[in-house]
Amino acid sequence: MTDLTTLTIGEAHALLKKGEISSVELTNAYLNRIAALDGQIKAYLTVTDTQALAQAREADARRAQGEDTPLLGIPLAYKDVLCTRGVQTTCGSKILEGYRPPYTATAIRKLEALGAVMLGKTNMDEFAMGSSTENSAYQITCNPWNVERVPGGSSGGSAAAVAARMATAALGTDTGGSIRQPASLCGVVGLKPSYGRVSRYGLVAFASSLDQIGPFTRTVAEAALMLNAIAGHDPLDSTSMALPVPDYTVALKEDLRGMRVGVPKEYFIEGMQPSVEKAVRSAIEHLRSLGAEIHPVSLPHTDTALPVYYLLAPAEASANLARFDGVRYGPRISTGAMWETYRQTRGAGFGPEVKRRIMLGTYALSAGYYDAYYLKAQKVRTLIKQDFDTAFAQVDVIACPTSPTTAFKIGERVDDPLQMYLSDIFTLAVNLAGICGISVPCGFDELGLPIGLQLLGPAFGEERILHAAYAYEQTTEWHTRLAPV
Amino acid sequence: MTHCDNSLLPAAHAIIAPVKLPRVREENMTLSLEEVEHIAELAKLALTDEEKSRFREQLSSILDYANSLQALDTSDIPPTATVLPLDTVLRPDVPRESLNREELLANTSRKEDGMFCVEAILD
Repeated sequence: MTDLTTLTIGEAHALLKKGEISSVELTNAYLNRIAALDGQIKAYLTVTDTQALAQAREADARRAQGEDTPLLGIPLAYKDVLCTRGVQTTCGSKILEGYRPPYTATAIRKLEALGAVMLGKTNMDEFAMGSSTENSAYQITCNPWNVERVPGGSSGGSAAAVAARMATAALGTDTGGSIRQPASLCGVVGLKPSYGRVSRYGLVAFASSLDQIGPFTRTVAEAALMLNAIAGHDPLDSTSMALPVPDYTVALKEDLRGMRVGVPKEYFIEGMQPSVEKAVRSAIEHLRSLGAEIHPVSLPHTDTALPVYYLLAPAEASANLARFDGVRYGPRISTGAMWETYRQTRGAGFGPEVKRRIMLGTYALSAGYYDAYYLKAQKVRTLIKQDFDTAFAQVDVIACPTSPTTAFKIGERVDDPLQMYLSDIFTLAVNLAGICGISVPCGFDELGLPIGLQLLGPAFGEERILHAAYAYEQTTEWHTRLAPV
Repeated sequence: MTHCDNSLLPAAHAIIAPVKLPRVREENMTLSLEEVEHIAELAKLALTDEEKSRFREQLSSILDYANSLQALDTSDIPPTATVLPLDTVLRPDVPRESLNREELLANTSRKEDGMFCVEAILD
């Protein structure tokens, strides 16, 4: 019998439907693999085995009653920034150690309504601030392709779990590239939906105008299935848009004739890894061979995305993270006086990167600097958005690299925040503009580390990027290679 | 459009008299210890001396990098706070079930009579 953990959602669903396997068997296969492998990879912060098997039995019972959904009985992993009722949710931070939310995030509730099984909660950079998952207060996750290297971040646990076949698929969140960049570094598919496509209810906020939830999968078709499940309006999130949700699997076609693909010159820069540039350029030629028209486009404000992001995201974070004061949840360092208790609780509970960003954001919002930094960055954000509006008037999708390099070594960038921030140079603008993007495997470097092709679409243009990504994937074999673990 | 995510900050400013700061930082000027301590106070973060000294350097270099934005003329550009074409979103004023009180209180280290306990607000 085949190793159940190598099955895609579609393959597992077919076997479940035929009665050849049960969800309990499938879930056990994953739990056994996690038990055997996660001591090395450290993708999970919490493994919910008892609950997973209960959900699997429930899914098998539902199927026995004649029910069927594409996700009924499929085992998934969720980034630990998504609230799960009664199950510890830490955001990778000591300040939330032991926190058991009283409610479940809408995206997870929707998956559970379809019968998905939760395997556990995955590691992440503290409060999703980071590009390597090294900022977790609990553990460092290793890249399944090379355990001396980072999986990317901030959703590194989810990316590594899928790459190492310790979950069929996973949810992550993307504020500046935190789904696409780890997907690229771990050789899996990562989709960041448009801002407003997926409810953020139950996602512990980092930067509320940028955060989105999206899936990690091994194939594009699975990403479409996952998006089908989680997309849509939610009365509990006023920024989720009341727009119809198409069946994204309908967009999955191999023919790219007539599709206009833009290639932005600003995304091929000096200093990027030569093997990354070569693989991405070759992928673009491949799209051309499938019938796409390739057009040069310009996104002239690309180099402003990094400074704009590192003013706006920390500013929003400094306000969002004001809620962590030890009163309602998390450890409290009691001093007998309220302000001092806040100072001590926050000083001890937050890690270095979170403090750095709270400080930076507070500074950008402080009296005397608000106009020069925060307001200025919001104005340049308008220019970044206009760049994409102009480009998408000329082309249907944009193709570019996801990350300027492949997975870097653990510890290599931790002491230099600016160097670490550069990891996200090709992903940040997408969040600032609110558009959608997907990373798909498009090659390997000389060390055998995965490279990602990033395809961008306009706001609510997920069908276009899924179409292009699917056509590329179906006519290449990168996605069929499994991480050597 | 409104700046919906910084509603907590004006209150913080009102509590602490701001130290006198120049309106735009001069390039390559390291933040003073006084500035770092002022920001930490606004953010209610207890920092060690080592952290203060590290943040002085790191924040200064990040802010220098951010200063590159000053070269762009944005005088006619409106700010973007959110990309969505939404104004204030309202819902019908209909009562609905709220979260379970016991579960909400289950995560606090100090509660009394069904309420969260804070510590002395006035010294």
